[in-house]
Amino acid sequence: MTTTAIAVSGLRKTFGDKTVLDGIDFEVPAGTVFSLLGPNGAGKTTTVNVLTTLIKADSGTVRVAGNDVATDAKSVRSAIGVTGQFAAVDELLTGRENLQLMVDLSPVPAKDGKRIVTDLLERFDLVESADKSAATYSGGMRRKLDLAMTLVGNPRIIFLDEPTTGLDPRSRRTMWTIIRELLADGVTIFLTTQYLDEADELADRIAVLNKGKLVAEGTPEELKRQIPGTHVRFRFASFDDLDVAAGIMPESTRDDDALTLRVPSDGGTKSVRALLDRLDEHSLDAEEFSVHTPDLDDVFLALTGHDTAEVVAK
Amino acid sequence: MKNPSMVMLRRNFKHIARNPTSVFNAVLMPVVVMLMFVYMLGDAFSVGVPYVDYATPGMLLLAVCYGLGSVATSVNSDMTKGIINRFKVMDVPRGAVLTGHVIASLMTNLVAIAAIIGVAFALGFNPSASFVQWLGVIGIVVLLGLATGWLTVALGLFAKTPETAGLASVPLIMLPFFSSAIVPADKMGPGVKQFAQYQPFTPIIESLRGLLNGSAATGDLLAALAWLVGIAVVGYIWATSTFKKRA
Repeated sequence: MTTTAIAVSGLRKTFGDKTVLDGIDFEVPAGTVFSLLGPNGAGKTTTVNVLTTLIKADSGTVRVAGNDVATDAKSVRSAIGVTGQFAAVDELLTGRENLQLMVDLSPVPAKDGKRIVTDLLERFDLVESADKSAATYSGGMRRKLDLAMTLVGNPRIIFLDEPTTGLDPRSRRTMWTIIRELLADGVTIFLTTQYLDEADELADRIAVLNKGKLVAEGTPEELKRQIPGTHVRFRFASFDDLDVAAGIMPESTRDDDALTLRVPSDGGTKSVRALLDRLDEHSLDAEEFSVHTPDLDDVFLALTGHDTAEVVAK
Repeated sequence: MKNPSMVMLRRNFKHIARNPTSVFNAVLMPVVVMLMFVYMLGDAFSVGVPYVDYATPGMLLLAVCYGLGSVATSVNSDMTKGIINRFKVMDVPRGAVLTGHVIASLMTNLVAIAAIIGVAFALGFNPSASFVQWLGVIGIVVLLGLATGWLTVALGLFAKTPETAGLASVPLIMLPFFSSAIVPADKMGPGVKQFAQYQPFTPIIESLRGLLNGSAATGDLLAALAWLVGIAVVGYIWATSTFKKRA
């Protein structure tokens, strides 16, 4: 395996006269989590479909596990596992039968099949419902079964298209734990999500996709730093203290009711020390002090200029 | 790894066994329709021969068509739920995925056909077909099942939702009524009459009817075969190309 699991350059895709992907480039190092973040209709699923050989790009090159998806789809397919946007489980079959179906269709030796199925049922906490039809499963259980099915062939690169959309908070946490465990096994994960906290929580690198273009890419921290708005917040014991502090920091915004003062700052140690020194010079003591970094919601707003571009997906 | 076609077929059989509604629609509905037309209304039709002898060939066709609705729906739900994508990424040959549906549909058809023939005999059906002509009947019915099966799989793949897929198969269920299945085409009103005369199901029914009473016309047989092969080819090409394109 090369150290680059996924390499995409100049990827374009149009459906009719609608440009869905308008020249996308990124690389995913092996053994990391890469998250493609964007609102509905941004082109996330289309990207996944191209990367997983389901649809052909109009132009650009995509290499997955070192193989070109356009010319060597077979090699790509043998290296990847995909969990699509909808839990692709067979509802008329039981959980165990669903997994057995995957075993039957994948190149794993038949004699290992039973063990693989049992292991996955245990690992995903589905033993109790293993012999019930998947139609009776809750949303969270379906997702788990779906992911378990993806893992049957032990793929080294896993694509998860909105794996937690529609899940309750607890099931989401479970899913996150599972994803972290996969990562610990050295699997590369390509994750799409419209939840900013999810990307923040899981991803090593995040690319923000908007209307078919990547508008930003970096670590969660880098992204957060890219936009203005980081500030230091002081809370004072009295109105008088606040008044004096506001006087010596003219660039600040005060909130008289909360007795707080917001001072724009990059959050770095140097500038924070300078601020604290200034308070010290005037013998001021803040009750509370915090550096506030904007969360990814703020990042998204700032980068795309709108909150949720609800374009109908695909 | 097992033979993917067998794995797929087994999956389709499990579906049928666990979805009694589809069996009901495919097997019981044609029987109910047959009882309605032959047992309840049959005496009112004057077609020159005992009505059960006239109607049975059309009912065989109806039995095939009634099974198709659930095929379209189940193919479509495989598509829209991402199960087909999952198979694609696992490199399951498209032939295996689609043939599984077609063969399972054909098997259901054959059960329905057997039921119709059984009911026909119970109602006094008196065919004069020879053994070879019976083989011809079975051959046409199997070809009909395959042809409409492929067409329905294509419809199922093409439709946006399971509901529209089910709806798309309705014309196939209605078409027998606008053919010579229930009454001879020349007894119908203008417009409908011409439609009934030239639509594909009429020569197919006439061929079955001819074979069953021991006197099939070559013209009908050729027309029936041409239609059936045509529908099968169109259905097959449409299904496989949609399978390849749609994700």
